[in-house]
Amino acid sequence: MPEVQQHTLDPNKWVDLHSDYLFNYTITRVDDEELAKDIVQETFFSGLKAMKNFRGQAAERTWLISILKRKIIDHYRKINSKKGKAEVKLNFYEDGDKKGTWIEERVPQTWDNEAETDIENEELKEAIGKCVENLPVKYRTVFLLKNVEQYETEEICNELGITASNLWVIIHRARHQLRKCLEDNWFTK
Amino acid sequence: MRKLFINCDEATTICTKNQYKEASFIEKIQLGIHLLRCKICGLYSKQNTKLTEVCNKHLNKSKCEHLLTEKDKERIKEKLAEADK
Repeated sequence: MPEVQQHTLDPNKWVDLHSDYLFNYTITRVDDEELAKDIVQETFFSGLKAMKNFRGQAAERTWLISILKRKIIDHYRKINSKKGKAEVKLNFYEDGDKKGTWIEERVPQTWDNEAETDIENEELKEAIGKCVENLPVKYRTVFLLKNVEQYETEEICNELGITASNLWVIIHRARHQLRKCLEDNWFTK
Repeated sequence: MRKLFINCDEATTICTKNQYKEASFIEKIQLGIHLLRCKICGLYSKQNTKLTEVCNKHLNKSKCEHLLTEKDKERIKEKLAEADK
């Protein structure tokens, strides 16, 4: 029989060995340093409490990451149930005869200088960066995971505990806001 | 049966999915039919593609690693030691 490596836990070394990795992992998913620190700390606490359930099948870090993932999902549950919807301006009528059609003052405008805008432009880079920064945190995180980290839809849904239609509503709204922001600050000055 | 005619909210959602090549065949047909009739969404759609170009060009993975400071680490260690008692 092949020998299976039995992993062990050593909480005294957790902070030195794993805290940077867990912190980095968390910050790309919650985009807030203080919050990320808290989540990492809570992960270690839960790890301590759950040590007796550790079967030695996974490496220490993998085991800690699995706890961390639950914490991140919990965080998203919390902010999902709170606000979120009101944070981004709606572009469409929500009910009545006009349900789902454009609200007049939110209709996209023609971009006068689109043709002569050089995509390489450094100022454009700054403008889009600022627009992304101004997104509400939940929208920004999901948008960045999809666009920049290029995660699969399914992966993001699993990690944040949201459904695919949730995800598309978030990305849809984030992009509406980004489009409007670029329009106001760049394309129709 | 999926409906043939969708509203602007639904059309722009599909348009966004399409930016990530994740719109289904039926959704693409729904979007195509909508765009034949709706100039506003046509303009939106064009600008959405531009937005994708701008994002692909200018939003890059941050190369800097996020690290905890030694002070933060010490604080976590202390709290853990307390909790372990």
